[in-house]
This record gives sequence, C-alpha cells and structure tokens, in this order.
Amino acid sequence: MRALVSTMRAELVGAGGVVERNYYLTKRYIWWDVAWFLWTVANTLTIVFIAKGIEASGGTLDVNTTMTTLLIGAVVWAYLGILFEFLMETVAWERWEGTIEYTFMAPLSRAMHLAGQGVFAILYGLLRATFLFCVCAFLFFNLEMPDAQYFPAFVVLLVASISFIGIGMMMSVLPLISPEKGTQLGFVAQGTLLVVSGVYYPVSVLPEWMQWIAKISPATYALDGIRGAILDGEGLSAMWDDIWPLLVIGVVSVPLGLWVFARGEQYAKKHGKLKRSG
Amino acid sequence: MSDVEEEVMKVVPVRREVAVDVRELRKEFRRKDVGRRRGKRTRVALDGVTFTMERGETVAILGQNGSGKSTLLLPDGGSARIFGHDAVSESRAVRRLVNRVSVEASFFKKMSAAENLGYAARYYGMTARQTKDEIPAILGRVGFPADRRNEPMENLSRGMQQKVALARALLTSPVLLLLDEPTTGLDPRSKLEVQEFIREIRSLHDSTILLCTHDLDEAEALAERVGILDRGALLALEPADDLKRRYGCGTLEEAFFAATGRAFEAEEDEDDDREVFA
Repeated sequence: MRALVSTMRAELVGAGGVVERNYYLTKRYIWWDVAWFLWTVANTLTIVFIAKGIEASGGTLDVNTTMTTLLIGAVVWAYLGILFEFLMETVAWERWEGTIEYTFMAPLSRAMHLAGQGVFAILYGLLRATFLFCVCAFLFFNLEMPDAQYFPAFVVLLVASISFIGIGMMMSVLPLISPEKGTQLGFVAQGTLLVVSGVYYPVSVLPEWMQWIAKISPATYALDGIRGAILDGEGLSAMWDDIWPLLVIGVVSVPLGLWVFARGEQYAKKHGKLKRSG
Repeated sequence: MSDVEEEVMKVVPVRREVAVDVRELRKEFRRKDVGRRRGKRTRVALDGVTFTMERGETVAILGQNGSGKSTLLLPDGGSARIFGHDAVSESRAVRRLVNRVSVEASFFKKMSAAENLGYAARYYGMTARQTKDEIPAILGRVGFPADRRNEPMENLSRGMQQKVALARALLTSPVLLLLDEPTTGLDPRSKLEVQEFIREIRSLHDSTILLCTHDLDEAEALAERVGILDRGALLALEPADDLKRRYGCGTLEEAFFAATGRAFEAEEDEDDDREVFA
C-alpha cells in the first residue's frame, strides 16, 4: 500500500514537472504567443464580420445572435488549436530540442506525462479562449448576451476537453511517424473535427453521412452546450444531453489515445525516429 | 591486513554485487528503401551482445561511428537485469536507478540550467522543496557559476552545457550512469574537467558507469574494462592492458585494429546505413 502511494505521489510530481516545464517555455516565448494571439483575434474577426456583411448586403438575420454564434465557433476552433498544438508538441518540440530520449527514459508513465501536457494545455487554452472571447465580444462588437450563463459554458468546455485531449494524444504520434510533416497533420484533424460538428452552422445543414460523424464528435456537443449556455441561458441541468455524450466519448478516447501513443512510440523506437536528424 | 592477506587479496578477485547483467542484446532498425531497391530493409545494430558489470565498475565500450555503441543503451531484444530488476517487466524500477548523459546536451535551450534541472528532477519524483537547495549545490559542484544559473542554456558553451547534463544526471542519484560520448566536441580543458567529474562521481557515489565512446585515451583513463564493439558484436571486454597483451599490441588503437581488422578512424562505405540508424 505504501509503495502504491509512493508511486502515485511520484507520478503526480512528474506530471507537475511537465506543467512546470510548459510554464517556463510559455514564459520564455511569451512575445511569440502575443503575436500569435493577435493573429487569432484577426482570424476570429474575419469570421464574425460575416454576419454584418450579410446584413449589409440585404440579408435578414438577427445580427447579434448570429455574431455570437460565429464567435463561439471561432473561439472553440482557437481553443482546440491550442490543445492540439501542445499535445503535438509533446513529441515535436522535444524531438527538436533533443530531449525526447531523455524524457522517454525517465521513470514517469506515459499516461501521466501526457496528462501533465494536457492539464497545462487546458489551463492555458482556457485563459487564451476567455481572453479572445472577451476582446471580440465586448471590445470590438459590444455584443449583447443578456441570458448568458458563463459557468455552465466553462463546465461543458472542460468536460469536452477530456475528449479533445484523448484525440490530441492520438494526433501527437504523427510527428513520431513523420518528423517532417506529422505536426501539420494536426491541423487536418482539427479542421475535420470541427467541420462535421457545426462550427459556424447547425449540424442539420450537413449531408446525412456527416451528421452521423457529428454524433461521435465531442466538438458537436461542446458547441451545442456552450451556445445553449451563452445564447439561451441554459443551466447545467438543461445541458445534460450534451454532457453525458462528452463523458462517454472521453472515457473511450483517452485510453484509446494512450494506446495509439504507445504504439507510435514503439514504432519510432524501432525505426530510429527519436533522434533530431530524423 | 597482514602481508599474507594482502597477497591473497591480490590473487583472489573481490566478488562485488552484479550491477548489470545483459544477455543476447539485439537491436534492429527497419527502413523503407526508395529508388531501385524498393521494400523494407532491416539493419542489425546489436547482435547478441552479452556482458556483466559489477557495482562501482566503469566499463568503456569502443566502436566506430555506427558500430552500435549508442543503441547499446536502447536495446529491443534480449534480456537485461539492472541490480536484479528485469529491464522489461520492472522497467519503472530500472528507470529510477539509471540516468544518462548523451553526446548532445539535451536541453530546452531557452530555459535556464536551474529550470532544466528542476523539471527533469520532477520526472524522478523529486519535489520543488527537495530540489530548492540541491540544484544550486550540484551546479556548484560541477563548477557552474552561480550568476549564470538563470541564463538560457543557449547562451552557454558546449562544455558548460555538458557539465549541466552531468549535474542533471547526478541530481537523481543514479546507481547506473550511462555516458554516451560525453566529451565529444568539447575543448581540451572542458574535456578534462568533465572526465575529472566522472571520476569524482565514481569515487563518491559508488556509481556503476557504462561509457560508450570512440575516444581511446578516455576509455583507457576512465574504465576498468574496455569492450570492442564492431558491427553490433562485442568482440572483447577486458582491462585495457589485457586487451593489448591479447592482441600483442602496444596501444589500444592497435589492439582495436587487430580485433576488428580495421583502423579505428576508418569509415567504410558499407557502414553508411548503420550510421543513419544508429
């Protein structure tokens, strides 16, 4: 029993080490992150302005609601981008710095290693997503959200993050398989996930086969839940229909992500792909 | 101790604890062929390597580039017991006992020496409280200037970075230290300083050291036994003087030539593939 407690303690300290390392790195590269944030704001604005453009060209729509709907889609897109970026970096950045063999040799389980990476990604992603939402909603567009329930929206995003991390773990093996092109494929996964999930439109407008895929995408329930909380003022109890599928997908995707990562790690060791030179 | 006892001690070797016991180590790399010879090729980097090391012993493994020295530290076949623990079924216990210094100083270059040591120690279950005093002390012992502790690693010389790598390895009190060409690329002064520190680690910490190198002088100066690894096979493993005697040579370089049939510095075309993998 004592040995188990000691092992668990060491594992938690190790996961904390991953969070600590990412904190140091974020601090060192903070101005690059500021520049990247400006790009994210610009990208979000181009999407949200579409609603104003439709109105200006004679279309009839509730501009405030449409802009908020688009903004939520853009913020979730950006959030998912941050999560995937950090998880993809689990391998890519360490490989570039030449630390990956050292890390893989340390007595830290891969599950806790990836959990540490995921926890930092969620914390940093939530911070950035909140900031992005506030800057665009209140600074640029002065959007009105009289019924908004922010706490339930946060809860849905947090629960969805478990599934996102699971999917991110699967994606993070790509740089192990292809050091040159693997990281870019993360964007493909991000785009594919969101396009079927109704990122800027209702899922009902998609072809039927895409709607079937939407049912197993955690982003579908995350977007639906957040929009329900922000636009319709839904509380946690009203959002249960979105939360339970997220929990189920999370329970499946995290172990699956760990399994896929373990296979990728084995492949990389077998093919000598852990070294910087490729 | 009486004169008789002294004589007996000279003749009868002292039985020490077996630290490393490896049998039939194998490592293969697979690579896809392009061009005319399409298909998959397998290259054997380690071919049935067997040896033991006693606690506190330093063993140097000599070999050309691509001979399999580095992969000796990352086998994927055979059996290895480290201080009685099976390297596969008890990998967590083994990883706690082992640390490594590689030819490249593997660090996050934007982070400082103190930050790099801090997060790496967490992977071994050491808390911030434990490392608060330990890190400055250990950096001081390797001669690292106190006023540069918080400077990014990228500002440090190669020699300085390698000292930090040794400090990082020592921080976790490893009983088995794997040194993969630790002085390659260092200027003569840094090289001597690092070698001196390795001697100190051995004498003060009773660490068992496996040194992979292609520096003959270093092997002779630091190791009690020297092994010759050629094309994945361990041709000999004995004290440097015995090696010279066995092959009737005056120097280790000549002994290497006699054992392998090739000059130590020679690079053969047929080794090109090995170098890519190893």
